[in-house]
Amino acid sequence: MPSTPSDSLVKVSNLSFAYDRRPVLSGINMEIPRGKVVAIMGASGCGKTTTLRLIGGQIKPTSGEVRVDGKVVHRLSSDGLYQLRRRMGMLFQFGALFTDMSVYDNVAFQMREHTDFPEELINDLVLMKLHAVGLRGAHELMPSELSGGMARRVALARAIALDPMLMMYDEPFAGLDPISMSIVGELIRKLNDALGASSIIVTHDVQESLKIVDYVYFVSAGKVVAEGTPEEIKASRAEYVHQFVWGEADGPVPFHYPATQPYGEEIMTQAAEVSNRG
Amino acid sequence: MANKLIAVLTDLGHRVTGALWRLGFASRFLLMILVYSGTSLRRFHLTIREIYFSGVMSLIIILVSGLFVGMVLGLQGYDTLERYGSSSALGVLVALSLVRELGPVVAALLFASRAGSAITAEIGLMKATEQLSAMEMMAVNPIARVVAPRFWAGVLSMPLLAALFSAMGIFGGYLVGVRLIGVDAGSFWSQMQASVDFREDIVNGVIKSFVFGIIISWIAVFEGYDAEPTAEGVSGATTRTVVTSSLAVLAADFILTAFMFRGA
Repeated sequence: MPSTPSDSLVKVSNLSFAYDRRPVLSGINMEIPRGKVVAIMGASGCGKTTTLRLIGGQIKPTSGEVRVDGKVVHRLSSDGLYQLRRRMGMLFQFGALFTDMSVYDNVAFQMREHTDFPEELINDLVLMKLHAVGLRGAHELMPSELSGGMARRVALARAIALDPMLMMYDEPFAGLDPISMSIVGELIRKLNDALGASSIIVTHDVQESLKIVDYVYFVSAGKVVAEGTPEEIKASRAEYVHQFVWGEADGPVPFHYPATQPYGEEIMTQAAEVSNRG
Repeated sequence: MANKLIAVLTDLGHRVTGALWRLGFASRFLLMILVYSGTSLRRFHLTIREIYFSGVMSLIIILVSGLFVGMVLGLQGYDTLERYGSSSALGVLVALSLVRELGPVVAALLFASRAGSAITAEIGLMKATEQLSAMEMMAVNPIARVVAPRFWAGVLSMPLLAALFSAMGIFGGYLVGVRLIGVDAGSFWSQMQASVDFREDIVNGVIKSFVFGIIISWIAVFEGYDAEPTAEGVSGATTRTVVTSSLAVLAADFILTAFMFRGA
């Protein structure tokens, strides 16, 4: 990525991770420059969300490191990690709103936990954040009364409650209708620029995210297979990128899950077994 | 044959080591709850809120069960005592059975199925819907904010619920013994007052219910926190909470009783 290290808020170097012995990421390198919106794209199960969890320090890498604002995340003490997380915001795939709290209390949660702000100030801030996502009128509702798109926007308001320097979005467009999708997309871009934050979007929604991001990393089978600006990605002739961007059913990512035997052979073996039993 | 035997032994070994690992995790988890209890005690309103959900909301089942258990004790006790011509001691029998045993134990079993299961399901679902992860990413420790208040609420509620169970049971025994059957009210109450010892009976009963409170709350929060984040995982964890904590309460009751009342 064309940037000097001092421009980068997040620097991922040679990062590998395995669940038990199953490798998920192998040797990933990425940089997220300050003030930019970067997308990590790839098919389901390719290790995108794992990358996000490693950046947030929820899991530790097998090898390599993630630096956020100059600090190596997995070497921080638990206090140090919590200090760093106060400056991060994360939007979970389905919002992860606290279901026993109203919309208002969800957004006020971090302010009450981490600051000594008087309740009047919290009230102003909460309404301001909710206004920014267009849901000031919904502050009394409970999460169960919200639609999927509204819940995602409330979660967004909650994530930006303490004006984070880094925003992370885990599949922000999943399961949304086209209108909610573009609302959320525009909000991500606008809030990033207004807060002067940097954002990482993990997504498989190509068309929506290419509209709003500055740079894209493509991840496949735990490796970065392509990267570039949205224009470069759209113009790319790399097989994998082409298949992904244009949504083709077959290509380097096969349609069939690998089977042990060829189709014809397996059918015949099974037929023979059935007739033997009969 | 030998292969089968080895397979059975291996399986048994796996189960035993698995159970020991889990016990180790649960013990470390309890230690973490104690370490991070500062928040739930400093911001006591968090614990009060949970006392409402697990303690106050269990009141109806505890009070109604206490009343019926006391009424049955009144009937059964009178029937037995009458054979020896000592039906006036009905008050003592009802009170001692309740304060020493039935109050703490039955209230604990009811608490495990009413509140323990709810705590496990709630924490398990919070985990499954990523609410606990979200909290961690907001730099708020879920053990301090979610688990510890629920644990302490259970520990504090249990002795109060057991006391109410016993009180209601004694009232039930009075209704049946005195009001229905016609045992003398004076001897019912006075013999009870004379025979029930504060230190020996009531304090021991309170200690029991306090221990049961720790056991149930510990199992309930651990099972919830450790649940697989799926529908089956949460339902399995809820069942395990009820089964494990009921058995643990009964086993602990035997041990405590052996220490408290041997030779008394």
